[in-house]
Amino acid sequence: MIDILLVVAAAIFGIGVYGALSQQSFVMIMMGLELMLNAALLVAITFWWASTGGNPAGQLLVIVILAVMAIEAAIGFALVTAVYRSRKADITEKLKKLRN
Amino acid sequence: MNPGPLSYFLVSAFGIGAVVSGWLVFRTDSMLRAAYWLMVSFVAVGAMLIVLDAQFLGLILILMMSGEMTIMAIFMILFMMNPAGLNPMTMVHQHRTSIIAGVGSFIVLAFVGVVAEFPDRPVPAGNATVALGEELLGRSMLVFESAGVALLAVMIGAIAIAAKQGRFGDAFDGSEEPSIDVETGDRS
Repeated sequence: MIDILLVVAAAIFGIGVYGALSQQSFVMIMMGLELMLNAALLVAITFWWASTGGNPAGQLLVIVILAVMAIEAAIGFALVTAVYRSRKADITEKLKKLRN
Repeated sequence: MNPGPLSYFLVSAFGIGAVVSGWLVFRTDSMLRAAYWLMVSFVAVGAMLIVLDAQFLGLILILMMSGEMTIMAIFMILFMMNPAGLNPMTMVHQHRTSIIAGVGSFIVLAFVGVVAEFPDRPVPAGNATVALGEELLGRSMLVFESAGVALLAVMIGAIAIAAKQGRFGDAFDGSEEPSIDVETGDRS
């Protein structure tokens, strides 16, 4: 069972890496990051379930990952809003120049 | 606790669902649908967590991601072009490098997951949610509270960053849309 779970997590992480590197839209890049965190979350629960003897600290790690996901989304959306207001930019190609 | 055939079936089915829906996030023409495919992927992983005796975390994940992806869908409609997917959408760069990086990371991580030996100490039968509650309100309360304080700080910071009245005056003052020359990539 642990093999299946880790392969699934690896596939989700790989898709997230592809999305974060390939997408031009800021929000689509965030989706790639969210997928990578999704995989990390699945791996954490897999090891808690299979290898820790039920130590609740393993579940606590997942709560920390959930908090990180919420923080990433909130700061990401705030930055997208700020960049759109100042540059009218919604894709990375419009931000090649940092001046002003 | 040894998993039964039903657990194998459910984990495999939800795992395939999570991977396929995760892939469809970057294959659909509609950004709105992309947000909802991502939500489907999270819901599938949440269902896997429930099968793995982490019922509380699975339900929290499903609840939280349903809300977050709905907010993300609103952002898609606000900022992005083609939210309905009426036209073909390909907004990618460094495509080949991205595919190599994604496939490479999958192969390396899957290889480690299949080949490596991990300790075999499964979760004992019992209520893991009760144990988590005692951990959160006992030994690890400081970690739990720190996550709450971090979220509060992020709420304040996000409002400060996104506020229309920025640190240097109105956010729209002097803003202009950068133009891109399609042929050369130069800006005017």
